[in-house]
Amino acid sequence: MLLRDFGHGDILLLIYATRWTIALSLIAFAGGGLFGFAFTILRILPIRLLNYLSSAYIQIIQGTPLLLQLFVVFFGLAILGWDVSAWTAAAVALIAYTSAFLAEIWRGCIQAIPKPQWEASSSLGLGIFQLLWYVIMPQAIKISIPPTVGFLVQVIKGTALTSVIGFVELTRTAQLINNVTLEPFAVYSVIAVIYFSLCFPLTSLSRRLERRLNVSSAN
Amino acid sequence: MSLVQIEKVYKKFGDLQVLEDISLNVEEGQQIAIIGRSGSGKSTLLRCINGLEPINQGNIHVDGDLVNGQKTNLKLLRQKVGIVFQSYNLFPHLTVERNITLAPTVVKKFALADARALAHEVLRQVGLEDKIDSYPDQLSGGQQQRVAIARSLAMQPKVMLFDEITSALDPELIGEVLKVLEYLAQQGMTMILVTHEMGFAQRVADRVVFMHEGRIWESGPPEQLFASPETPELDSFIRAIL
Ligand SMILES: Nc1ncnc2c1ncn2[C@@H]1O[C@H](COP(=O)(O)OP(=O)(O)O)[C@@H](O)[C@H]1O
Ligand SMILES: [Mg+2]
Repeated sequence: MLLRDFGHGDILLLIYATRWTIALSLIAFAGGGLFGFAFTILRILPIRLLNYLSSAYIQIIQGTPLLLQLFVVFFGLAILGWDVSAWTAAAVALIAYTSAFLAEIWRGCIQAIPKPQWEASSSLGLGIFQLLWYVIMPQAIKISIPPTVGFLVQVIKGTALTSVIGFVELTRTAQLINNVTLEPFAVYSVIAVIYFSLCFPLTSLSRRLERRLNVSSAN
Repeated sequence: MSLVQIEKVYKKFGDLQVLEDISLNVEEGQQIAIIGRSGSGKSTLLRCINGLEPINQGNIHVDGDLVNGQKTNLKLLRQKVGIVFQSYNLFPHLTVERNITLAPTVVKKFALADARALAHEVLRQVGLEDKIDSYPDQLSGGQQQRVAIARSLAMQPKVMLFDEITSALDPELIGEVLKVLEYLAQQGMTMILVTHEMGFAQRVADRVVFMHEGRIWESGPPEQLFASPETPELDSFIRAIL
């Protein structure tokens, strides 16, 4: 195998590969957020069966490694005769993973709103969806921001695992470049900087949002 | 039929019998004061009347509607029953105005302009029109409690339940809240109020109900009840308080 030096071209390749990491993360946020919200509601509605189903789903996903979920979707569905692309498998597994964790985080935030708030609003005649929407969720959103953002940062880093099913995102690209340059320190330093520059804005945005929401309600 | 009709109600929390054989009728325009030691079941009784707590036996009717039925529409029922809690329970993320207009617009589908006019009206009744744009945490306890009363009034309930609404207040703030209650009583609002303010109960209530160990131990007109209690339990309760 031919060795070459780690150079500008490689850095460009890495930046280029960052697109896939970003794309996967956005898919996971959007899909995971949507389904996570749905599972949160199913967990909270006063309907036992839905609570159990939703909670079973959350526990199964939370109780198994993301790596395994990727294998199950990619190889498992192939065995059942469904040929899924690495893209589809990565998206499905990341959405499932993200939705379960977000659902659990959000359920906790909603149930952290004191019981008197629920009782006062239902005593005024508000139905369950009305009181969730107007009274409970606006208060829950505020406390949900730090854990939500903290978890999304985990998801960005978690997208690296999709390399095991052949998806060439940032980490996988770095491995390939390292194979031909044998300069692990340089290669992995660059992707560390890239991951950091993806995650850092999120955490600082979270801090700013939190501060703003605190100001607007407490004055 | 009485506006509020409570017949032979029993209620348990687990093994604990909290309400036992409670029967009570409240006519339109009447004011009923409920007194009794802590833990005697006063709050639970109020919470059963608007369906916040289910009962195990008996029947509760409000304005002809069965509260504890399988098919009861609690949303509709609760529009007829206002409740104000000891801890105000205003919505902290909403202004005073929105606290008040929320239920009329969302539940009763009032136009926002009408709901706002209503908010002004009920705030005037509790003397807080100037606080309409404040947030709850900018108000004193007494003011918050008056907003909570206004919020409840805005739903134009047929009966209002008050659960020790002055107990969490500093002594100098109790008067302003009691004044609002007296005003409502003069307006003919039907109310059931749990209170420790014996002087107030005596002044305002048509009838006083003394609860003890989950039962209605004694009840009657305030003068009679306070002046000549029939049971040693009420006698010692009154002595302890006065
Ligand atoms: N949600 C609950 N679960 C279990 N026990 C309760 C609950 N609410 C009240 N109780 C019990 O029921 C009894 C009556 O309580 P309550 O109605 O609050 O009395 P009061 O308002 O007269 O002080 C008390 O012994 C109390 O501990
Ligand atoms: Mg009580």
